[in-house]
Amino acid sequence: MNEATHDSTEQTDRKREERREFHSYVWGVGLALILTLVPFALVAWTDIARQTLYIVIGVLALVQMVVHFRFFLHLGLRRKREDLHLILFSALLLVILVAGTIWIMTNLSVRMALPMMP
Amino acid sequence: MSAIDIIEHPLGRLSLESLPFYKMSQDPTLQNLINGSIAGTAALIAVGGAVIVAGLITYFHGWRTLWSDWLTSTDHKKIGIMYVVIAFVMMARALIEAMLMRAQQAWGLGGGFLSPDHFAELFSTHGTIMIFFMAMPFLTGLINYVMPMQIGARDVSFPTLNSVSLGLTAAGAALIMVSLVLGSFSTGGWFGYPPYTEMAYSPGVGVDYWIWALSLSSLGSTFTGINFAVTIYKERAPGMKLMRMPLFTWTALCAAILMIFAMPPLTVATAQLALDRYLGFHYFTNALGGDPMHFVNLFWMFGHPEVYIIILPAWGVYSEVISTYSGKALFGYRSLVWATMAISVLSFTVWLHHFFTMGQNANINAVFGIASMLIGIPTGVKIYDWIWTMVRGRVRMTTPMVYSIGFILLFVLGGMTGILLANPSIDYQVHNTVFLVAHFHNVAVPGVLFGMLAGYHFWFPKAFGFRLNERWGIFSALCWIIGFMLAFFPLYVLGIMGLPRRSAGYQQAAYVPLEMVAFAGALVIGVALLALVIQLLVSIRDREQNRSPVGDPWDGRSLEWSTASPPPEHNFPVIPEVTNLDAFTVAKECGEAYQEPDEYVDITMPRNSILGPVLGIFGFVLAFALVWRIWWLVILATLATFVTIIVRGFARDLTETVSADDARREHQRLLERVRISPAISRDDERAPVNVGLAKQGPAKVVS
Amino acid sequence: MSRNYQNFQYPGLNLGSAHPEAHKAAESMMFGFWVFLMSDAILFGMVFATYVTQLHATAGGPGPQDLYDIKSVFIETMLLLASSFTFGMASLSMKYEHGKAQLIGWLTITLLLGLAFLGFEVHDFLSMIDKGGAPERSGFASAFFDLVPLHGLHVTAGCIWLLGLVGQMLRYGLDTRTKLGVMRLALFWHFLDIVWIAIFSVVYLAGLA
Repeated sequence: MNEATHDSTEQTDRKREERREFHSYVWGVGLALILTLVPFALVAWTDIARQTLYIVIGVLALVQMVVHFRFFLHLGLRRKREDLHLILFSALLLVILVAGTIWIMTNLSVRMALPMMP
Repeated sequence: MSAIDIIEHPLGRLSLESLPFYKMSQDPTLQNLINGSIAGTAALIAVGGAVIVAGLITYFHGWRTLWSDWLTSTDHKKIGIMYVVIAFVMMARALIEAMLMRAQQAWGLGGGFLSPDHFAELFSTHGTIMIFFMAMPFLTGLINYVMPMQIGARDVSFPTLNSVSLGLTAAGAALIMVSLVLGSFSTGGWFGYPPYTEMAYSPGVGVDYWIWALSLSSLGSTFTGINFAVTIYKERAPGMKLMRMPLFTWTALCAAILMIFAMPPLTVATAQLALDRYLGFHYFTNALGGDPMHFVNLFWMFGHPEVYIIILPAWGVYSEVISTYSGKALFGYRSLVWATMAISVLSFTVWLHHFFTMGQNANINAVFGIASMLIGIPTGVKIYDWIWTMVRGRVRMTTPMVYSIGFILLFVLGGMTGILLANPSIDYQVHNTVFLVAHFHNVAVPGVLFGMLAGYHFWFPKAFGFRLNERWGIFSALCWIIGFMLAFFPLYVLGIMGLPRRSAGYQQAAYVPLEMVAFAGALVIGVALLALVIQLLVSIRDREQNRSPVGDPWDGRSLEWSTASPPPEHNFPVIPEVTNLDAFTVAKECGEAYQEPDEYVDITMPRNSILGPVLGIFGFVLAFALVWRIWWLVILATLATFVTIIVRGFARDLTETVSADDARREHQRLLERVRISPAISRDDERAPVNVGLAKQGPAKVVS
Repeated sequence: MSRNYQNFQYPGLNLGSAHPEAHKAAESMMFGFWVFLMSDAILFGMVFATYVTQLHATAGGPGPQDLYDIKSVFIETMLLLASSFTFGMASLSMKYEHGKAQLIGWLTITLLLGLAFLGFEVHDFLSMIDKGGAPERSGFASAFFDLVPLHGLHVTAGCIWLLGLVGQMLRYGLDTRTKLGVMRLALFWHFLDIVWIAIFSVVYLAGLA
């Protein structure tokens, strides 16, 4: 195999990779757009019960975060990746700390008769 | 904050009244005279000490060396040494404060000689310094010095960031020192609970000093944590799998991860308190929806992991020390690693045990109480592992070993009282008494401080090429242990008798005898500190008899001992290949230590950088200006910081090369020393003949 | 060192084989920056926790329903999403070497979108203060002005950083250090967009629901 053909296959490989990565961003924006428009529309124009709405907003937000991680930050599940482990660990800590805080502080509010939580 | 404000008060709130003896000169009552003299003396020591040091440097024409070889250095070893120096200076101050406090309480029947405010300042600075400016710099320094060599790396991943972390830590320490001279420090304790620390109740500059000193230090620690974690993940020598890392490196990794994740809650808590104080927000005020309890919650989400940030590296030191001075591989290496990781994760689930009595319901208390007790399990595993390491080992009672054994005995007691306190119903009985003070000193002094000192003695010959005097070392260690027991065991009893913590005085004559015993203990600890100073001076005087340039005076087990003492800037002539745990022991036993490599290559090292000291200075100026509300200086320092960071982005050419020839010459000098030096057995470890080459026994099979 | 440098990945767009030097240098750098972002995420998490626990501490002052404006938030969201996309285009342009001019073009568009976002945000804050929701008013208002402006400050820092990088490009061209800068800023920018998802969901949408 001579240099020239080697170069040209590499060129087409790169072209293909570029197109794939471009599409990844387009998909990301498309999905994010839908996942943003839906909750905004629900809040602006409908009268769904508040509790239901909270759940819908929360779930859509989580999905959109996954979309951003996948399509903008290119975080996949393949291969051994320290950054993925790290993000899962961080997520665990966030859940512990934030949920713990809300649990403790809500309970205190109730018992201290501070302004009530919903 | 308006333009007129700036013109009318160019120095903000700074004035003559800020000086420590001002009040005494205006209103010379006896108490004011005593407090003013003590504060004035402290200020004189701080200023005088700085002047003397500066004078000595000038006398020896040391400014250039200091600047270009030390302050701007990005070498992890030098940065480590500078951290330890900060730690020792701050430790001296905080120990003197501790002795003053014990004296105050010993004569505290009916009031004592210090004013309550002065006493409150003492316990606030003592706690803040011991945690943020003694323990943190000490462990950061040891990790900095040792960890890159243990994993076979040339430096940390981000050497300049490392220097910036040092600059920020030094700035925080300097701010606390300045509070001795100008104004006064917070009286709100090391955790500064609002609403007391809000503007309404603490209008002075003290709390602001506390806030900004902590902010500087926690920013530095966050960067340090990132640096260490990335270094351990990415810079390990080939073959150094995670499960082949020395235990000290493991604890460094866990402490680094804790730093990364535990510092943000502190940053949030102090920043919100600052917003309350400076801009009239309502996070923690009593009025308009503020909630002081939220601060408590945030603070301890940082505070509890912080306990493990400072104690895990000390446990790493004990693991290295006990295994080395027992001449045995660490017993239960895997269990120690798993215990360390388990503790790290659990440490994020127990923060509420610092405020069991705040008013949440019994279920929440129970959950966090049980989680707190769970930490006792992995900790117990560790204690047994250390004991089993010594069993049937060839144990030598060197200074680090005395600290380690003192630690095991005392720490078990501290741990037991911790299990007691983890039970909310018992906590309700003894909280806010000196029982608690006794408990956390019982885990922090043997657990952290003894470990740091053991590490200091253990690695000192590595850093400076000569051993420390053993006689003074053991004397100091025994003073520490005995002094500790005298000073803190009485507090358990006093706590159960009901003496509240942080009392400047009391009315119960029954407290006096035990308080006197505790004061005697504080004096013994003072002797221990003095002995450490004497030991250093004696060791420097006798350095020629204690030289160990070959670099392995203790028959060490990990890679840092394979280098010369002190090591070359690039640590290793070629990056070692690792095939086993205890890499250097294996190499020595297989006769592969001190070999000439097949070829030498050029080595790329980071250049010196002024970024660290410059950002440290700007950080200090910014914090100082914020404390005294000198707004024009705040703006100036902020701009200067931004400009520095942007300009730094334009810096190029950040590395320099150590040529293969230089690396070869350096290494061949070590090999030549190895050839002519006597290999000594462990019996001669403390004799002048120990120049750092260990005799190998018959080869053992290492699994 | 015997490590195979093709065999690792880091967060964000991987430069790959066409930029061997930058790809290699990126390993520690990008991982380190990722670790920093995780620390920052905890910071935001704590501020979110503050906000949620202070949600009802309005002390008789205005609450979410009185202060928030869904139209403005929607515009801000769209601006930030668009800027994430344009930054993605900038990253691609750098990776596939479409030239400095195109890269700077995409970055400039990103910067303008970021500045527009900040403009709308400042306008929001001013109108909130106008309606009596200044941070000194209540625990709730304080918590809001901690959380949302903190994100705004991050965006501001990102904009300054972007300008600095463009300056470096003009001075040095696309050398390894500049490339690494763009890659880190890309992570930062996308990360801020993710935080914004949490903000518009938890603060604005839940507040107006």
